[in-house]
Amino acid sequence: MTSADLPDAPPSHLGRLLRQVGKTIFTLLITFIGLLAVTFFISRVVPTDPVLSILGERATEAQIEATRTKLGLDRPMFTQFGIYVWDALHGDLGTSIRTKTPVLAEIARYFPATLELATLATILGTLVGVPAGVLAATKPGSIMDQVVRLVGLMGYSMPVFWLGLMGLLIFYGKLGWVGGPGRLDAAFDMMMQFQVTQYTGMVLIDTALSGNWDMFANAVSHIILPASLLGYLSMAYISRMTRSFMMNELGQEYITTARVKGMPERRVIWVHAMKNVMVPLITVVALSYSFLLEGAVLTETIFAWPGLGRYITDALLVADMPAVLGGTIVVGAVYIGINMFSDLLYRLADPRAK
Amino acid sequence: MSFLPFARKVGAASVAALLLGAAPTALFAATPADTLVIADAIDDIVSLDPAEAYEFSGLDVVNNTYDGLVEINPTTLELEPGLAESWSVSDDGLTFSFKMKSGITFSSGNPVTAEAAAKALQRAVKLNKTPAFILTQFGWSVDNVDTMITADGDTLTLKLDKPYAPTFLYNCLTAGVASIVDVDTVMQHEVDGDMGNVWLNTNSAGTGAYVLKSFKPNQGYVMDMRPGYWRGDAKMAHIFMMHVPEAATQRLQLEKGDVDLARTLTPVDLAGLAGNADVNIQQDVGGQIYYLAFNQKVEQYKNTKFLDAMRWSVDYQGMADTIMKGVVIPHQSFLPKGYLGALDDLPYSLDIEKAKSLIAESGIKDPHVTLSVRNAADRMDVAQSIQNTFGQAGITVDLEVGEGAEQLKQYRARQHDATLQTWGPDYPDPNTNSSTFAENPDNSDEAKNTGYLAWRNAYDPGALTAESQAAVLERDPAKRVEMYADLQKKSRETSPFIVIFQQARNTALRSNVKDFYTGGAVDAAAYWLVTK
Repeated sequence: MTSADLPDAPPSHLGRLLRQVGKTIFTLLITFIGLLAVTFFISRVVPTDPVLSILGERATEAQIEATRTKLGLDRPMFTQFGIYVWDALHGDLGTSIRTKTPVLAEIARYFPATLELATLATILGTLVGVPAGVLAATKPGSIMDQVVRLVGLMGYSMPVFWLGLMGLLIFYGKLGWVGGPGRLDAAFDMMMQFQVTQYTGMVLIDTALSGNWDMFANAVSHIILPASLLGYLSMAYISRMTRSFMMNELGQEYITTARVKGMPERRVIWVHAMKNVMVPLITVVALSYSFLLEGAVLTETIFAWPGLGRYITDALLVADMPAVLGGTIVVGAVYIGINMFSDLLYRLADPRAK
Repeated sequence: MSFLPFARKVGAASVAALLLGAAPTALFAATPADTLVIADAIDDIVSLDPAEAYEFSGLDVVNNTYDGLVEINPTTLELEPGLAESWSVSDDGLTFSFKMKSGITFSSGNPVTAEAAAKALQRAVKLNKTPAFILTQFGWSVDNVDTMITADGDTLTLKLDKPYAPTFLYNCLTAGVASIVDVDTVMQHEVDGDMGNVWLNTNSAGTGAYVLKSFKPNQGYVMDMRPGYWRGDAKMAHIFMMHVPEAATQRLQLEKGDVDLARTLTPVDLAGLAGNADVNIQQDVGGQIYYLAFNQKVEQYKNTKFLDAMRWSVDYQGMADTIMKGVVIPHQSFLPKGYLGALDDLPYSLDIEKAKSLIAESGIKDPHVTLSVRNAADRMDVAQSIQNTFGQAGITVDLEVGEGAEQLKQYRARQHDATLQTWGPDYPDPNTNSSTFAENPDNSDEAKNTGYLAWRNAYDPGALTAESQAAVLERDPAKRVEMYADLQKKSRETSPFIVIFQQARNTALRSNVKDFYTGGAVDAAAYWLVTK
């Protein structure tokens, strides 16, 4: 018998896994390079001159030329892009033109602030949004449904800038229930900078890990308002989507069957229907989370929150391209990461998804 | 599925924890007694190296961490000895000798000597960052600075290429770029021949009242006082600067007492704070002036009658009383109030009829102006007012709104028609504005004299160039004042510039905060005198 007669051996588990990992890495690489290329070339057609924006009005032509050469901006555009991608692949995202600090170090400082805020906001938004959506779906047209709709609509339509300022005015300015802008009070902020080990850059976690509960409480008082505000916005989205998914499920035959069999309504909704709602809902929550992780520029501005959105926007305004590109990579990575994570959750939620 | 009930429990617990955490915040709402907490927009900072810093916020840091040979007294705004005890000038006016004070040390502990001072000035010239021109205008260059600036014992000798007015040199030596940096310390942190430029972004190496402890761009900085400061120890142990871009937020923080000082409030916020007994508003002027500039490559802007008509078509007082209230004061000369020889009079006001008859005399039919404006709210307000009043006089104005850096590029390339701009002086000497508004040694495109505002507008000031150049050499201070007064008068009557405002500065302080000086038009903020 020759080897040609043998049936094809089924690919080993390891082989399949490796192929899948390879495919994922390849896709990631292409996505990133595409992302970089688009951002890079758009940045080059924008009329803002990064050199002028850092040197200012008084710079002489000679100083401008010298800086242009130093930053490599005098080279052909494709060469610049090639160099950038090559460095990026080696983990070097360049140095911010404006601050002269490595972009990676800056992002490591800004991203945790956004991560902390977005995570808390998503948790709050989901905890309120899902039950609200379910309640609205189970009694369509009821007062509850109207309230959820109204609250959701307000979340959609009110400018976040105004909501943020009003929130600050009422809960911080008038009532004094929450801490003000920034991540900590001045005194705690200085302690945080000079006395507390920063494991993660996330104030809540670092203060908890160091056992500094006064500081932790202060951090909570500062994050609660912006997190609630962003949570409200994602709640508006999540509750509307939950309502429509749930309405759809409740019209299915298996629900009728379950009801006919005398299953308690609670169980019908929260176990049977919810199982199926979970799958699309994961996408909704993931999308809303990744949206917040890009950084909520306006919220970060009002609350003086040193997050990624403000970082990228500030950089964009002065055409600090290494910083913009670095930020874009992080945002891209976050999107991809969350997508992969929600894929994983699908598999847990829906056994048919392989 | 057991996930949801679990999540519900965890969620309830988290919310409870968060609410509990939020409860005791009222306890924290006060700034620490030994710390001055400031809310300001500090995103203009490019560098904290004195050889490079030349933005307002960066110079505030430099002023509190470094000193120069000559200083400006923050309370009187007069010149006074800094690290130099006394000085003299040779008869030919070309050599200045500075005797250094003894016993002053840098924050590293290194003594401040004449040699250290020479190294610091040489470093600023050699680094050749943007503000270096404040020093190189005395004839110092990378090649000759080691021989032009020398030290011998306790004496520092500065040789100049021309016999400049002594006040011109002294004024320039108060600028941030002339700060005496501890070069020996800085050079230990040199990377790729940067002379420690990057290191100085997050560290300080000076003789100032404070030492920079941390700086996070667009976030804030912390400074600690340094005992034994030669002008007397700072009263506040720490300075905590918080970058708060939104003015309404600054106001809330100040009202709550979470910050002691708020420095970038809008007219609306200032009005809102007016009745608050816990807050004081301190007003003074800044050095920035607002002006309209018209490119004389466009024929109509060479017509003096038409330029004059436009001068009578601006509602100076009206804008200063309404949309720009508290932010500016009307000002019509190129030297800001507070400068040697500055003219405070306001010869122009809104007079539509006069403007109309001047336009008729000019012979220009249906004049049309394209005004470039930065996309900032206050600039847009001013531009719209101008569009309105010019319109009443019969001048059609199209607004071209764009991003600041982009418009600057266009302006420097002489591609604008008309533009609304601001100009901040670089050092507290009249030459800083006189040279740029009234001098243009070569008006050709090839000259690329972008540093001269006159050149950017293709404006040949004629005899004014020589007059301004003579004023900077005039050694009799009284005569010098006269010369600048004359220059300002001629410039505002003939140039294609219409100066409309000078920046007013408002600082809102908690009522217990005393002795905060902003430096007015000529200097940066002094934190070391503040008490609370």
